Amino acid sequence: MSLLDISGLSLSIGALPILRDVTLSIAAGEILAVTGESGSGKSMTALAVMRLLPQVAKTRGAIYLEETELCALSEDDMCRRRGRDIGMVFQEPMTALNPVMTIGAQVMETIQIHTDMTRAEAEVEAARVLTRVGLPPDRFALDRYPHELSGGQRQRVVIAMAIALRPKLLIADEPTTALDVTTQAQILDLLRDLVRETGMGLMIITHDLAVVAGLADRIVVMRNGEVVERGPTMSVLTHQRHPYTRMLFQASRHRVTLPAARQARSPLLEVRHAVRDYPTARPHLFAKHGRFRAVNDVSFTLHRGERLGLVGESGCGKSTLTRAILGLEGLQGGELLLNGQPLSQKRSPAERQAMQVVFQDPFGSFNPRHRVERLITEPFHSAADAPTGRNREDMVAQVLSDVGLRPEDAQKYPHQFSGGQRQRIAIARALITRPELILFDEAVSALDVSVRARILDLIADLCRAYGLTYLFISHDLSVVREICDRVLVMQNGEIVEDGPVAQVFAAPQHSYTRRLLAAAPVLPDMTAEDDTAGAPA
Amino acid sequence: MSSATDIPPNQKARAMSRSLILGGMLAGIMLILALVSFVWTPFDHAVMNIPDKMQPPNAVHWLGTDHFGRDILSMVMVGARTSLAVACLSVGIGMSLGVPLGLAAAAMRGSWLDEMIMRGNDLVFAFPSLVIAILITAVFGPSAANAIIAIGIFNIPVFARVARGGSLSLWAREFILAARVAGKSRARISVEHILPNISNLLIVQGTIQFSLGILAEASLSYIGLGAQPPTPSWGRMLAEAQTMVSLAPHLAIVPGLAIILTVVGLNLLGDGLRDRFDPRLLEGRA
Repeated sequence: MSLLDISGLSLSIGALPILRDVTLSIAAGEILAVTGESGSGKSMTALAVMRLLPQVAKTRGAIYLEETELCALSEDDMCRRRGRDIGMVFQEPMTALNPVMTIGAQVMETIQIHTDMTRAEAEVEAARVLTRVGLPPDRFALDRYPHELSGGQRQRVVIAMAIALRPKLLIADEPTTALDVTTQAQILDLLRDLVRETGMGLMIITHDLAVVAGLADRIVVMRNGEVVERGPTMSVLTHQRHPYTRMLFQASRHRVTLPAARQARSPLLEVRHAVRDYPTARPHLFAKHGRFRAVNDVSFTLHRGERLGLVGESGCGKSTLTRAILGLEGLQGGELLLNGQPLSQKRSPAERQAMQVVFQDPFGSFNPRHRVERLITEPFHSAADAPTGRNREDMVAQVLSDVGLRPEDAQKYPHQFSGGQRQRIAIARALITRPELILFDEAVSALDVSVRARILDLIADLCRAYGLTYLFISHDLSVVREICDRVLVMQNGEIVEDGPVAQVFAAPQHSYTRRLLAAAPVLPDMTAEDDTAGAPA
Repeated sequence: MSSATDIPPNQKARAMSRSLILGGMLAGIMLILALVSFVWTPFDHAVMNIPDKMQPPNAVHWLGTDHFGRDILSMVMVGARTSLAVACLSVGIGMSLGVPLGLAAAAMRGSWLDEMIMRGNDLVFAFPSLVIAILITAVFGPSAANAIIAIGIFNIPVFARVARGGSLSLWAREFILAARVAGKSRARISVEHILPNISNLLIVQGTIQFSLGILAEASLSYIGLGAQPPTPSWGRMLAEAQTMVSLAPHLAIVPGLAIILTVVGLNLLGDGLRDRFDPRLLEGRA
């Protein structure tokens, strides 16, 4: 008898089927990874086990936790099990913690709901659990608040809450997606150790196959609410029986064929000793503001025709630098030059048109009330020679077909497109003025792997057609490796390494670069005939 | 901005909640009464007919007559005109001054302009509105016009605050960054990108301020500082009925009900619109 047995679980909201006949099981001490792209129903499966589905959802099928049929329990009985028998870790640790409660209180809360421990006993227990997840009370006092911790530390608190009562089953829904790669590695190690130690079952939901490969005992691949493939990790990775699994793997390790960079190189953008400070809160009423140096003496040159990557973890200053280059924020020191001419914060229309940007969030980067045509011609706003009438229509049609959309799409609203299509629209908007430089600010980070692969191909195609020069800002090393010629590594506001992609990835010089590369989960290279290679790290 | 054009049909259907329909009907009835009164009323609301005074509702005078023998239905109809006009214009004053101030404050967040606008708001908020409205009408003379100005002034900070609050979160969105990268000025972004996206908030707040305006007008008229005779007004009708309530209760009940139904109707309408424009719904389709 396994620990968790889901059989024939179907779920619909209104007329919309969400899950179809999902069957899976987890044994005690086993790590099961549920993977798939957005909309595959993996989170809904987890919520169904917790019985935390939206009220309108209708379920059929059975969910057994050991001998108990969870679907048949009353809400009160279910409340007694949540937190005690089943723990859950969510994706975004900031929203999973109550910002006005101390971390100690939040861990104690779980303990006190389910046991009759006194406050003092619960406090001791909370300290013990927090120590176990790597937050010893002598360094992380119980009376700290979530905002005083980093993202990874917050996720440790969430894990502490979930495992405080040694649940039989832990469900982790994208537990590391919101974290930096070095933090991700630590959290995954922690989860793995906890499973080995306590013998609980772990159901980890993730879209990242590299994470799956390094962690899970067994894999379930889901698509459109159905399980399409299941089996031991090694076997699924090696055989990839279902075409969808194969597609996922190929997309995850997608190689982009970037055309060779143009030879004649003149400097396009020069950043010289850029400095950006932010004032921090006054320590007390009459004190001066402190300051936080987000960008510290950064210098680099981007040549015409070059594809430059900028990688670093959150808070390293890469977004601030991007905004300064775009003229959205001023610099306290240093200067920016475009084609040898100094750029002030007040840009001329020509300077604005020469530089365009693609943002991360395909849902937030468009005014929902404007049509595509109006959205993508926005960069012409300040142009003296903005095309009009027939010319403008041709231009819109041309740029839409360049990015793989149809000219008719110009009359649609952004909500009529999928995330990947919207990112294409964002690229169209950046492309329409034929800029000299495009900034991609985490432009593929919010996309599913298959969509991401297609967008990367699109960028390579556009390079071929238009010889783009761009600065590609990303936290994802594997993407930068595919799409850039040269890479800058940024840490704490400074550029610590600068070199050709091949060289930096093969022989990183700086210790931070080495750490980043070591922490990034790698999808083992395996094919059906080669089954010795790539034992999960 | 047409907010209806980009709502998928299924949400349109579900957005027609009960409170929206009921509120819309009640407010709509009052609006129709007011509009009809321009072309037709059962009797001339200003003509006294002493022999027929204090009649209870009957076949000729559907809602009875007052102590001068004037037809109450006609007075309520013309009174609706006064109430709606005062409320409408005062909301108009509040919106037309408050929204630009709020947009400017949000566009220049943290600047001295923002500080001045918002502290000015606090100053107006610090005074009890009705008391100041009484002061204004008492100083400048009781009239509908002064009532409109007095009520309108207190609508300004309400709209400024709503506009600023709604705008601030939008300013952090990437489509606003994109517009800034394109070189658009803050003023232009405010009008082109921010205003259409906060129009829902403003409409909902507008209906609430509208009902408050009707109440404020009735209160001012009740103490004789609103519209002056012979212009009928619900508040004054109530005041005049006060001494005769035991003899002819309908004199107080009819204008009282008119006020209640309008205010309840507008509040329901506001709630219904709020549900319909729920920001989470918007996020879902944005």
